[in-house]
Amino acid sequence: MAIDLPTIWAAIIAFAVLAYVVLDGFDLGVGILFPFFPQRHERDLMTNSIAPVWDGNETWLVLGGGGLMAVFPVVYATVLPALYMPIIVMLLALIFRGVAFEFRWRTQRASHYWDYGFWIGSTLAGFMQGIALGALVEGIEIADRQYVGGWWDWLSPFSILTGVAVVIGYALLGACWLNLKTLGDIQQRARRIAMITGVLMLGLIGAVSLWSPFINQVYFERWFSWPTAFFSAFVPLLLAVCAVALWHGLTTDKHLQPFLAALGLFVLSFVGLGISFYPYIVPGSLTIEEAAAPDSSLMFLLVGAAVMIPTILAYTAYAYWVFRGKMDPEEGYH
Amino acid sequence: MTFGMTAEILARIQFAFTISFHFIFPAFSIGTASYLAVLNALWLWKRDVAYLKLFEYWKTIFAITFGMGVVSGIVMSYQFGTNWSVFSDRAGAVIGPLMGYEVLTAFFLEAGFLGIALFGRKRVGDGLHMFAVAAVAVGTLISATWITSANSWMHTPAGYGIDANGNFFPEDWWAIIFNPSFPYRMTHTILAAFLTTAFAVGAVGAWHLLRDRSNRQAQIMFSMAMWMAAIVTPMQILVGDMHGINTLEHQPAKIAAMEGHYETHTDGAPLIIFGIPDDEAEKTHFAIEIPKLGSLILTHELDGTVRGLKEWAREDRPPALIPFFTFRIMVGLGLLMFATGLWSLWARWRRNLFTNTWLHRAALVMGPSGFVAVLAGWYTTEVGRQPYTVYGLMRTADSLSPVDAPAVGASLVAFIIVYFLVFGAGVFYLLRLMRRVPVMEEDHELDKGPHRAAGITPGPAQEEPIREGHSSGN
Ligand code: HDD
Ligand code: HEM
Ligand code: HEM
Repeated sequence: MAIDLPTIWAAIIAFAVLAYVVLDGFDLGVGILFPFFPQRHERDLMTNSIAPVWDGNETWLVLGGGGLMAVFPVVYATVLPALYMPIIVMLLALIFRGVAFEFRWRTQRASHYWDYGFWIGSTLAGFMQGIALGALVEGIEIADRQYVGGWWDWLSPFSILTGVAVVIGYALLGACWLNLKTLGDIQQRARRIAMITGVLMLGLIGAVSLWSPFINQVYFERWFSWPTAFFSAFVPLLLAVCAVALWHGLTTDKHLQPFLAALGLFVLSFVGLGISFYPYIVPGSLTIEEAAAPDSSLMFLLVGAAVMIPTILAYTAYAYWVFRGKMDPEEGYH
Repeated sequence: MTFGMTAEILARIQFAFTISFHFIFPAFSIGTASYLAVLNALWLWKRDVAYLKLFEYWKTIFAITFGMGVVSGIVMSYQFGTNWSVFSDRAGAVIGPLMGYEVLTAFFLEAGFLGIALFGRKRVGDGLHMFAVAAVAVGTLISATWITSANSWMHTPAGYGIDANGNFFPEDWWAIIFNPSFPYRMTHTILAAFLTTAFAVGAVGAWHLLRDRSNRQAQIMFSMAMWMAAIVTPMQILVGDMHGINTLEHQPAKIAAMEGHYETHTDGAPLIIFGIPDDEAEKTHFAIEIPKLGSLILTHELDGTVRGLKEWAREDRPPALIPFFTFRIMVGLGLLMFATGLWSLWARWRRNLFTNTWLHRAALVMGPSGFVAVLAGWYTTEVGRQPYTVYGLMRTADSLSPVDAPAVGASLVAFIIVYFLVFGAGVFYLLRLMRRVPVMEEDHELDKGPHRAAGITPGPAQEEPIREGHSSGN
């Protein structure tokens, strides 16, 4: 099996989406947890812990979307109209969330409105992303390179379940991030939240995994037939390892381990999705091969991606390194 | 929620609305990022605290503007798919990679170093901090380059082929990126961003000079801004003229609309200073004209031929009214900026730059001019491209997603409400920050955490009118 350009690009886009989900996931998660931390000084600390990195995290979303237009234009042109409403709501939610970082410092009187916006924005964005995922898994009706389904197709019990799962998952990431970045009372509470959301998350992963094979025969075959069954056996196994590591880390006062374990849960769920989808990019409608832009577009952008993505990862890592360590409540860098 | 309009019109309004809001912020943040880099370099070089204070002062303003630019930009990058999916499918292989490069080379650079530039001075030391500030500034410029390239390709497509399904495919990337209008549009847009910032900074400086002409920070920012006005405005006018000549070559119908010409003139076209173009009657009413000047400006010859809109079939013509007026607004503001620059040179020479209250008042009034000119310029360009999205090849009417009007209408209403609420508040906070007196005292609130500082300022101090005659330490 020769590795061809469309497959490489599918992998890069998948990587961008995964990077988005885990990175913006934890900072959206911090927003989702706002109601559990009502004090102003707690919220200051929480937003300060993500302020230096959130913009970089969100840029992966732009790469996922913009990259899609470049290399799989027909996917971009069919999936977005199909998910019209969830996408628009997500964008509006992200606006509230993005500006709240700055706005909440600019006012005394209205500060709590922006905190409210931060919470609602984060939660709604996560929920809509989950809905979009669920709708994609259920499949999108395409004929003649155009979306032909209805306006409410995205709304179903399954997509609501995936929506809830993503919100809970982000909350788990956020709680583990706070466990990593804070001390004392905030950390204690974050840890307890992580335990609860961790258990919920595992339950939801289970529910989604059991449900999805019944949505589409293809998924069923992927998971239970040779040779993919070989890989799909590993995924649940590794999930169990991560779950144990998460629980162990939270009960024995580890700071980094729970965060890494939670990331592991996301990565594995994502790999699971990949197994279900491949070789389709829009399940049941478009394969990676069919959807790809001409090779010359793929090649042109691949040259840049090959150089830039490692560079981006390097300086992103550096930025995280610069702001490493526990948050100092006295330090006003924001 | 269709308001009796078609999905196409609603989608166009939605695009125009969201891009207009989006561009207001980059126009300011591109310039401010470079300004911050200069201020920080001056501080490191001269070790004069005044520059550091100015850096801190503008940094907060930049952070807010940048944040609004980011969130409104993310909306743009998805809107091509939601509302203009047919366009995205057919042209995505060509302009998608340009935007992909924008993400890879610019957005990540800006975002990756933003945190360090804003909050990291103490953590990384002066050298690396300067690097981060410069990286953000360079990132904004790279971003402007790629996006204007993508946009210019839609105006003057080149280097492409069209396959059996009617989809564009790339043939020559060099020709695609450096399409005929790109060099002019990029230069004109970046200079526009610098001018926008210069006049905004100049107005803030002028406002504080009017209250306390001895405030050293206000003097520095006013002087820097006026140098920019004096030097960059003439450059912008020159580039604008070249841009127009390029457009005459590649999009003559747009020029005809901008100039309000319906008839072709072969023996020297007049310049219509004012009038009201009427597409129905194919005539510009109440025209006030200067003979031959139109040809002189556009062709640099007194008798050069300028084609009129009647040369094109009605359905291929852009509407004339909007480009005609927005073009005049832009050029008029450009000339006023030029006059302001000259006046400041004169004041400098007479050594009353910081005491000439009439100049300060003028600079204050000119504060928003850049924003207005920039939007006017884009409206000229974009409306003048109609009825096409890819000029001459793909019509706007054929670019639309298969969306129902109510869905587009409802989302349009949601965008309008959210944008006015959120960005309205943002602009209010920006103005409030600009009203802070740029002071010098060592224990100024700015010395504490920059962000914390402005946020924790007790309410009354922000609400209160600026204290008169508050003299700073110089
Ligand atoms: C000439 C400049 C210019 C123009 C014409 C546009 N933009 Fe923009 N954009 C910028 C200059 C810029 C910038 C200076 O690079 C911004 C502003 C603030 C910022 O964060 O970066 C930005 C931000 C920005 C972002 C957020 C990036 C991030 O996450 O950091 C996106 C996704 C877009 N833009 C997308 C678009 C699209 C799809 C456009 C066209 C329809 C567009 N921009 C027009
Ligand atoms: C940032 C500055 C920009 C402004 C202020 C602006 C403004 C506008 C306006 C007002 C229209 C509507 C014209 C009409 O409907 O008559 C329009 C159309 C359009 N513009 Fe731009 N534009 C900008 C940049 C861009 C860029 C960078 C791109 C592409 C990369 C772009 C792509 C389009 C498209 C696809 C349309 C067609 C849809 C429509 O007609 O509404 N624009 N723009
Ligand atoms: C006074 C002299 C000026 C002239 C002769 C001039 C000329 C032009 C022309 C001919 C266009 C349309 C390009 C096209 O056909 O697509 C344009 C667009 C534009 N102008 Fe100007 N301009 C001037 C001043 C300014 C000023 C002062 C600003 C802002 C500070 C500005 C900002 C813009 C922008 C943002 C655009 C749209 C992007 C583009 O196509 O470059 N212009 N200008």
